[in-house]
Amino acid sequence: MSGATKTGGRSRALPFAWKAVKLLASVALTFLGLLFVTFLIGRVVPVDPVLSVVGDRASQAVYDRVYIELGLDKPLIQQFWIYLQKVFTGDFGDSFMTKRPILDDIMRVFPATLELATFGVILGTILGVPLGVLAAVKQGRLADQVVRVVGLIGYSAPIFWLGLLGLLIFYAKLGWVAGPGRIDISYEYDITPATGLLLIDSAMQGKWAAFGNIFSHIILPASLLGYFSMAYISRMTRSFMLNELAQEYVIAARVKGVPEWRIIWVHALRNAAVPLVTVIALSYAGLLEGSVLTETVFAWPGLGQYLTNSLQNADMNAVLGGTLVIGVVFVGLNLLSDLLYTLLDPRVRRRG
Amino acid sequence: MTATFSRREWLLSEQPASRRQARLGQGYRTWLALRANPLAMIGLAIVVTLVVVALLANVIAPYDPIVGGDLRTERLLPPSLTHLMGTDEQARDIFSRLVHGSRITLMVVALVAVIATPIGLLVGTTAGYFGGWVDTVLMRVTDIFLAFPRLILALAFVAALGPGIENAIIAIAITSWPPYARLARAETLTIRDTDYINAIRLQGARPVRIIWGHVVPLCLSSVIIRVTLDMAGIILTAAGLGFLGLGAQPPQPEWGAMIAGGRRFIIDQWWVVTMPGLAIFVVSLGFNFLGDGLRDVLDPKARK
Repeated sequence: MSGATKTGGRSRALPFAWKAVKLLASVALTFLGLLFVTFLIGRVVPVDPVLSVVGDRASQAVYDRVYIELGLDKPLIQQFWIYLQKVFTGDFGDSFMTKRPILDDIMRVFPATLELATFGVILGTILGVPLGVLAAVKQGRLADQVVRVVGLIGYSAPIFWLGLLGLLIFYAKLGWVAGPGRIDISYEYDITPATGLLLIDSAMQGKWAAFGNIFSHIILPASLLGYFSMAYISRMTRSFMLNELAQEYVIAARVKGVPEWRIIWVHALRNAAVPLVTVIALSYAGLLEGSVLTETVFAWPGLGQYLTNSLQNADMNAVLGGTLVIGVVFVGLNLLSDLLYTLLDPRVRRRG
Repeated sequence: MTATFSRREWLLSEQPASRRQARLGQGYRTWLALRANPLAMIGLAIVVTLVVVALLANVIAPYDPIVGGDLRTERLLPPSLTHLMGTDEQARDIFSRLVHGSRITLMVVALVAVIATPIGLLVGTTAGYFGGWVDTVLMRVTDIFLAFPRLILALAFVAALGPGIENAIIAIAITSWPPYARLARAETLTIRDTDYINAIRLQGARPVRIIWGHVVPLCLSSVIIRVTLDMAGIILTAAGLGFLGLGAQPPQPEWGAMIAGGRRFIIDQWWVVTMPGLAIFVVSLGFNFLGDGLRDVLDPKARK
């Protein structure tokens, strides 16, 4: 941001390459910072890492040996260097709880979170964009107010509470959807894991009964996440559309006699689509956060539940590994939204 | 404010005679604009109610929030006239617990604001005022904190510090300041090269004096608006931490923890979960309505 003015000359000469280098450098620095923060958090824990390895009955000699093996006698900066080397070779340490490498655990649970968040963001986009457009077109009128209040409710309700109420009403009382979990046990071994996304796996293998069961499990938590991303997406769509509808090309189109629906849905929305893509990418990242609470409520075996289970068992390696992975995905999505913005908007692309 | 003219005219005067009159007049105009917004007024009413309830919790709550009634006869009673919101699994009156819980909620919001706002202001104004490598380093640190989703980072901090309401507050504050720093930096950039700042500099004022005495007061109002807008988020994060068992510990009547406690009974005793959730929802809705209205009034960009 601040560098853009100073490096203006260079950026005109080599617009895209320079921008890419700068972006990569800043992302690399951010990653390094993420690692340092998780490393520091790991160091202030009151849990003694040596005790969690040797147990509290070990002799002083064993304790001292493990203390040195873990590198705890070295200076902090050297410890950080060791941590970095380990992380870059994919070694996040072993989980205290499952006794397996953290990375394996995370790879195992991640598809569940991915599936849920993707379903949620799709629902949020399908509902949020038209609602935002409606609110912008009917600005200040009843429809606008209704969309606004629906959005603010989404911003205000605790997601875990709505989840519990949803389970109470749609699962326990009405029986419309399946309860907590991803799939009923009776179907669980029907599907050969391929992508780890159960909806896709079951559809590809033609197991339609299992597909239905999975769908009835995922629909409630996904709608919930979808509602929260809808609140955000509809609000942003509204403001982008208001911005576009005030532009002169809209007036020109009206004068030309273009039908109003075409002006709104084709001319204006197309221009609003560019910033909207970044908003959708950001709301996707936000759903990762929402998934921690949602997964706890719905017993969804994803990253969020893994994280909270590890927390409750003071499994610090797993907590930090999970935090780091979520941070990396978060940064990655932000980067992606930046890149998409550049790719989709010819003006930004040319300016460099 | 003599009898010759009404207070209203004095406030709306086009030629304020003193700085105080101008400032009060501006406040009054904001209030008039805010009053025209029904949602903002509903929000304000909710927030005022929260404060009053928290102040008078001892008077309002009919029962003790921690010590329950008779475990044999008063457990998990449905809402009735004696127990407005029913009782929980330890025969405690849920309404009384909610009333006392409002103190915890208010304390969390206030403390987070008091801790995070100065950090954000300090980092942002320093970065903006000095520019150069100071700016680069401070903003890089800010970006790193922004790179974590808030709840996740708070979770990791609480995990490290140990569960409890104080640590939850610290964790939320640590994760809240980056947006304020960004905002304060942007404001500082527009202020730092103005003539009056240059004049102070030429008089020989040190950077510390310029930043605290002259830059910070000018950034304060926009940062405070931003903090108000964030309060609903702070409440939800605190409730989320409480729900996960990392915030306030039982038997404290924290709303998120109350929901977690009632989870086991949700199917047959719906009120144990529903009531505290409703409290969180109404209070954050109040802050959101108020913040939304305030932004409409105070942010000229949103006004069109």
